This record gives sequence, C-alpha cells and structure tokens, in this order.
Amino acid sequence: MNQTSNGYGLSRIRRGLWALTGVAAVALGAAFLWQAQTPADLPAPRVTGEAAITNAYTLTDHTGRSVTADSFDGQWQLVFFGFTHCPDICPTTLAYMAQVMDALGPKSAQVTPIFVTVDPARDTRDVMAAYVEAFHPRMVGLTGTEAQIAEAAGNFRVWYERAEDTTAPNGYTMAHSGHIYVMAPDGGFVDVWLEGDAPAETFANNLSNLIQTTGSSS
Amino acid sequence: MKPIALAVFCAALPTLAAADVSVTDPWARASILASRPGAAYLTLESDIADRLTALETPAAGHVMLHDTVTDTNGVSRMNHIEALDLTPGTPVTFAPGGMHLMLMDLTGKLEEGSTFPLTLTFENAGEITVEVPVLSVTATGPGNAE
Repeated sequence: MNQTSNGYGLSRIRRGLWALTGVAAVALGAAFLWQAQTPADLPAPRVTGEAAITNAYTLTDHTGRSVTADSFDGQWQLVFFGFTHCPDICPTTLAYMAQVMDALGPKSAQVTPIFVTVDPARDTRDVMAAYVEAFHPRMVGLTGTEAQIAEAAGNFRVWYERAEDTTAPNGYTMAHSGHIYVMAPDGGFVDVWLEGDAPAETFANNLSNLIQTTGSSS
Repeated sequence: MKPIALAVFCAALPTLAAADVSVTDPWARASILASRPGAAYLTLESDIADRLTALETPAAGHVMLHDTVTDTNGVSRMNHIEALDLTPGTPVTFAPGGMHLMLMDLTGKLEEGSTFPLTLTFENAGEITVEVPVLSVTATGPGNAE
C-alpha cells in the first residue's frame, strides 16, 4: 500500500497475479463451456496402431550400405519383419512378396520389397544377402544392432520376442508379428497386409491401383 | 495247422489293408542356406485312428512337427507337436502358414529339382517312406512350383 519502490513492485506483482487469475478463470470457463457443449455420449477418440506407424530406422542393407528409411524415398515399399531361422511363415511371406512383385509387371520397378530381421545376432549382412537374393532381385535385406532393430520395430509397431526353446537351433526361436507394411513413396504408411489375407494377385492389383492413382513420386 | 494259419492270415488281410495311411502331395521348399532349418509339407489321411510318432530323413539331423499359430494381432509363434493323432476320414494337410515339418540340421542345402526320402512312423500303419520333391524357394504349394 505504501508508495515506496518496494510497494510499487508488490502492486505490480499483485496486478500480474490478478491478470493470471483472470486468464485462468477464462480458460476454466471456456473448458467448462466446451465440456458442457460436448455431448457426454460421444465416442471416445479411437487411436489405432496404424496411425502411429512410422517409417523410421537406421540399418545396414545386405550389401553393407548404411541406410535410413529416406534411402527408399520415391519408391513404394513393402516392409516385412522376420528372421531366417523361421522355416515356415517367413519364407512363405517373402515368397508371397516376390509373387506380388512378379504380378506387378513393369510397375515393380517402382516398388522395393524390404525384409528386416528381428534376429540380428544370427542374421548378419551375408546371411541377409543370400536370403533376399534367393527370393527377388529387387528385395532388400536389412540388419543392424539389437538396438537399431528394436528402434525400427518400435517405429513400425512390430512386436517380436525371443522365445527360449531347447529344441530350436541355438536354443531359441523368435515370435513376431508377420505383417507386410505398404509404405508410400513419401515414406508414409498406407496399408498393412498379412500373407494369406488374399492371393498375391489381389495384393498386386491393389498396389498397382495405388501406384496408378497416387503416382510413384511425391 | 498250416491251412488254419493261412486262413487266419487271409482273414487278417482286409484289416491290414484297411489300416492304411496315405501320404500325398509331399514337397519341401528349397533352402537358401544349409545352416537354416528347412520346411516340408504333405497331406495325411488314415482309414483308422492312428498316430504319427516319428519322422526321419537322411536330408536332416532331425525332423520336428510344428504348427504355426498366428493370433488376432498377427503375431506368429511355432508350437512343437510331439505326436499327431489321425482321425479316420479327416485328412490333415500341412501347408505354409500352418502345420509344417521342420527339417533341422540339414545335411546339405535342399536344392530345387532334387528329392529326398522321408520316413513316417505310425503306431498302427508302421513305417511309410515317401520321396519328397524340392520345389523353388517361392513355391507355396505342391501344385504350383511358382
């Protein structure tokens, strides 16, 4: 109250506090009003896993080149996570991806099938090279450190786990999600498929239509 | 005694013939690396209840029965099956993405175009040996070798 310099300072603080209180009151009022106007029975916002899928990684390809997701910019990408000790679902899915590539005909030049290992300890660059080359000449194999693979899988929302199994080679096998992710030339997530969802021709037709309508480059 | 033994044997013949397991459409996918397990597929059908108890091939150190189970989240796991029960009239088809024979410790790469013998042992039907053709790495079934 005293008009000392100190008092002036206090009143300035007081004014500031009142202003803040005012702002808070308005905000609270607005929030209350907004809540009051929002019907309570509106469905809660649905968060799907697909929306959160991010095409981001730093890995090593089967030729030894360090790559990121940006390395495949301008290309449609079919991304699958698996491992080479998997005798059934992985080669079956990779074979399916190869059939899709063949069914695409000339359009396959705009598509890169990518196989990312979830078992980098055993799936070295050489192993990945032998593997992808056997399936399709355009297929890319990616491996890396455990941390790099974990990061890539995390970004794709791919779940995998080492399962101890005394009957398996080296005493373990991997459980993993077997989806094929379709990524656009700008790296954005488009779709997810499971081998067995549809014949390779159907997948290829869908992809072919996407390429036709969207174009190959952004 | 001899005619009686013969009569018993003849009477048993139809039963022996009935206790029959058919093994059809065997095939294996060519392997890329001998150090990785291979997979073989086939169809089994039995006239009587029977049980597949053992599998053997010179192409692999040992053969295991596996079932790939994919849950609603698309996560695939392999289940080991100790012995497979056969119900008369219900064929069991091994196919990619489902049941398969996992060929462990391959003695060599499974080369496309080659074949290897596979011996299946059943509780009732005994041993049955089939020749398994090796199809391409991109084969998805016995009929379409790509």
